[in-house]
Amino acid sequence: MEMGWRWDFAIEILPKMAIATFNTILAAGVGYAIALIVGLFFLLGQRTPSKIINWINRELVEFIRSTPLLIQLFFVYFVLPQFGITLSAWVCGMITIGLHFGTYLSEVYRGALEGVSKTQWEACRALNFSTIYTYRRIVLPQAFPIAIPGMGNYLVGIFKDTPLLSTIGVAELFHAATAVGGYNYRYLEPYTIVGVIFLTLSIPAAMWVRKLEKDVNKAQGKIKK
Amino acid sequence: MLPGFKNLKVITLTYFEFLNEHGITLLLGTVTTVKVLVCSMILYVIISMIFGLMRLSKNILIQGIATVYIEFFRGTSLLVQLFWAYYVLPFFGISLEAFTAGVVALGLNFGAYGAEIVRAGILAVPRGQWEAAHALNFTSYKRIKRIIIPQIFPIILPPAANLTVELLKATALVALVTVVDLTFEAKQINSITWLSAQCFGTALLIYYIMARFALVPFLRWLELLAARKVGKEKI
Repeated sequence: MEMGWRWDFAIEILPKMAIATFNTILAAGVGYAIALIVGLFFLLGQRTPSKIINWINRELVEFIRSTPLLIQLFFVYFVLPQFGITLSAWVCGMITIGLHFGTYLSEVYRGALEGVSKTQWEACRALNFSTIYTYRRIVLPQAFPIAIPGMGNYLVGIFKDTPLLSTIGVAELFHAATAVGGYNYRYLEPYTIVGVIFLTLSIPAAMWVRKLEKDVNKAQGKIKK
Repeated sequence: MLPGFKNLKVITLTYFEFLNEHGITLLLGTVTTVKVLVCSMILYVIISMIFGLMRLSKNILIQGIATVYIEFFRGTSLLVQLFWAYYVLPFFGISLEAFTAGVVALGLNFGAYGAEIVRAGILAVPRGQWEAAHALNFTSYKRIKRIIIPQIFPIILPPAANLTVELLKATALVALVTVVDLTFEAKQINSITWLSAQCFGTALLIYYIMARFALVPFLRWLELLAARKVGKEKI
């Protein structure tokens, strides 16, 4: 076996990797969309007046947050069929990522809502606005900019965790690299290409999030040094 | 009746038998997980200190190296780095054992995140402290070591605690490069017995207990200790 880097092999596998990259981006996007919605539900559970629901919600979030995504994936993928629910690897992966990162996003939402000054609520109460109207027109428009950086960070986070999906057989980038590498007994090029693709996608994304953060701070009059 | 309910009864009945038979294996896996956690924790703390300081260096070369390192390891996925360390490094004549490869990859990855925390912590130390140390004619080494570093702990420990819990979760990935840890054992038992709910459920529980009742209280204690040391008593 040749030891060094082989350009011909790298170029040969590049089209395959490009297609798989599309799958990775798709997985990250769908997982993120689910996480955004799941996060809302956890937020709702947090803010209901019922103490029991609050407690269950908190413990559930704590449990999901302090256990590895990898085992959660295995759990969903292998256990649900025992209960007669057979889902494809894609669906399992998306559900798990959505649940896992939903707990993180609910914290982002919570932080953003608490970032809106209490006096805003009092003013709305004084003006006799309904709760829904207060949320829709007063609180959410102010909370959203606060949430943007956190939300962006977790988009990048989900993107970087998508390789875990390969362990249950979702055909994303890392899965493709492992398959190509195993078939040809060469892991150098496939895994390096995966690394390069991740870098070229996530560094601009991270920079964009940082810029967003700065813009948001500026728009709120909080200029950071 | 749903098929699930019948299964549920079987599952609860056999769970104690399952623990009886496979509990020891899972515990042994847990010991390995703890070993991986402790080793990579030590490594990542050292790395984040070094690179956090390098990041703030006035020397462009040193700062550049730190920036490239941090951006590289934060920009690529941990799993990719792990596989790279285990499967690709042998191409360059460096063969690491699975355990070593796992610890090194975890340490390097989390060191990059930790370095940013350290950098932010150092920047958060009030300017007056630097100036005072300067006025007292401390050398730059002594200034960092005696004045700045002791003060950054209360600032960096809360975010570092979050990162360390993430590290515990991330140790599960070393199972994929054949380190026989808790996740590996759970997977193994699953492939032998197909009692998925039991083995993965137990593994999840063990991780949860480790994080919630061991790691987090320990980190809180460290935070308290650091706050007390600089006279900032917290609740």
